[in-house]
Amino acid sequence: MEQMTLAETIASAFGEKTWTIVFPAIYDTLYMVFYTTILTAVFGLLLGILIVVTSDDGIYPCRKFSAVLGSVVNGLRSLPSIIIIILTLPLSRFIVGVSYGPKACIIALAVTCIPMFGRLVESSILEIPKGKIEAARSMGAKNSQIVTKVMIPEALPSLIRNFTIAVIAVISTTALAGMLGAGGLGDVAVRFGYNRFKTDILIAAILVMILMVQVVQFIGNILSRNVLKKRHLI
Amino acid sequence: MAAQLGERGEAEHFIRIADLRKTFRSRGKSFEVLKGVDLEIDRGDIFGVVGFSGAGKSTLIRCINRLEEPDGGEIKIGDTEITKLTKYELDRYRQKIGIIFQQFNLLDSRTVAENVSFPLEIAGEKNGRISGRVKEILDLVDLSDKADFYPGQLSGGQKQRVGIARALANNPDILLSDEATSALDPQTTLSVLDLLKDINEKLKLTIILITHELNVIRYVCKNMAVLEDGQIVERGPVRSVFTSPASDTAKLFLKIDAGFQIGWNDGGGI
Repeated sequence: MEQMTLAETIASAFGEKTWTIVFPAIYDTLYMVFYTTILTAVFGLLLGILIVVTSDDGIYPCRKFSAVLGSVVNGLRSLPSIIIIILTLPLSRFIVGVSYGPKACIIALAVTCIPMFGRLVESSILEIPKGKIEAARSMGAKNSQIVTKVMIPEALPSLIRNFTIAVIAVISTTALAGMLGAGGLGDVAVRFGYNRFKTDILIAAILVMILMVQVVQFIGNILSRNVLKKRHLI
Repeated sequence: MAAQLGERGEAEHFIRIADLRKTFRSRGKSFEVLKGVDLEIDRGDIFGVVGFSGAGKSTLIRCINRLEEPDGGEIKIGDTEITKLTKYELDRYRQKIGIIFQQFNLLDSRTVAENVSFPLEIAGEKNGRISGRVKEILDLVDLSDKADFYPGQLSGGQKQRVGIARALANNPDILLSDEATSALDPQTTLSVLDLLKDINEKLKLTIILITHELNVIRYVCKNMAVLEDGQIVERGPVRSVFTSPASDTAKLFLKIDAGFQIGWNDGGGI
């Protein structure tokens, strides 16, 4: 294998040959991130709300349910993502028919990201002063109304910030899943950059991932700040 | 007072609280906060409950709309026994009892008008009728020009006015005030109390307020009770409690009150 100098490597990282490999991987990564994010948003939000609502001092305390839910979430959270992905790939075969490739990995990725976002949603909602929920109760609000009219709107700025964190976690977990046949930027980085010492491709893949994370964080910050500004809280 | 004691006058009192008990339990310890409170309040009264911190004032007022569940005793409003309401009935009933809080508890996600429409939405009011009602109440609390402001843009006094407007939205029979002026400066306190007096007259609303500020009681209340260690130790018209206090707590309150008025820091008298 010919040895490239640092300058050549960096130049090559922006070369056409490198990008013919990296570009399709970007598409795969975006595909996985997009669907995993949707699943994480929906089920993570539901999970977080369930955790808060059924906890001992929640609006619908349900000790047994909350204990089981808490243990499942903790169990999933305590395992490294890569283990969960390995464990859930057979599940993907059952749900989407294949256990390899981007489609299969979405399920595995969602299983690792939902409990994490669920906990973040929980902490966002718990930031709401209890008095506001009590005020709603004192007006005769039903639990469903407290969730939709108080908890979610009041926690919105914090939810947006935590959702940003979750999307970034999805991006990095997606890269991890690349090692297990998911495809995408992680896969390219490992197959070319690590296994074949193609440092230029590794650099290109990393740059794209850094850019993705920056963009997500930037959008998240703007959205959250806009909500706070609109409400004159900053 | 004597006439009331003779027959207990059950039929004429709007609110009757009898032997109300509440014990808080946490980690094996229990605190008996209300030790059998008896209270009668007439319709249209502005009734003040005064007591030091920890006397149980807040728990007492929060039992009336069952934000706290009493352990024993009765709370009758008109012919309704509050402690026996089912969850569904309680939600309906709560719409007829407004409450305002020390910390206002407005929703930051909603404008002033939307905060006031909140209880109307909950009560299932039709959208077409909400905006008219909101306008009407905002007029009453003198905040029409702030309808589209967010709570984050308002002063403490304005926030409490929104709180009052919100509490009045569903035309309640009773307004509970849980230390509603304790976070406000004296001038703002006065204007909020004037508003309470005003709505008491205009709407024939029964107001129950708890406070640790004697001036608040003196300024707005017609009748009062003194709560000490979970029990009512004294009650009656405000003037008579002030002029001839019988309980230690009432005497102490008045002494503190007087102390602030004559206690110059140079040690001199009036």
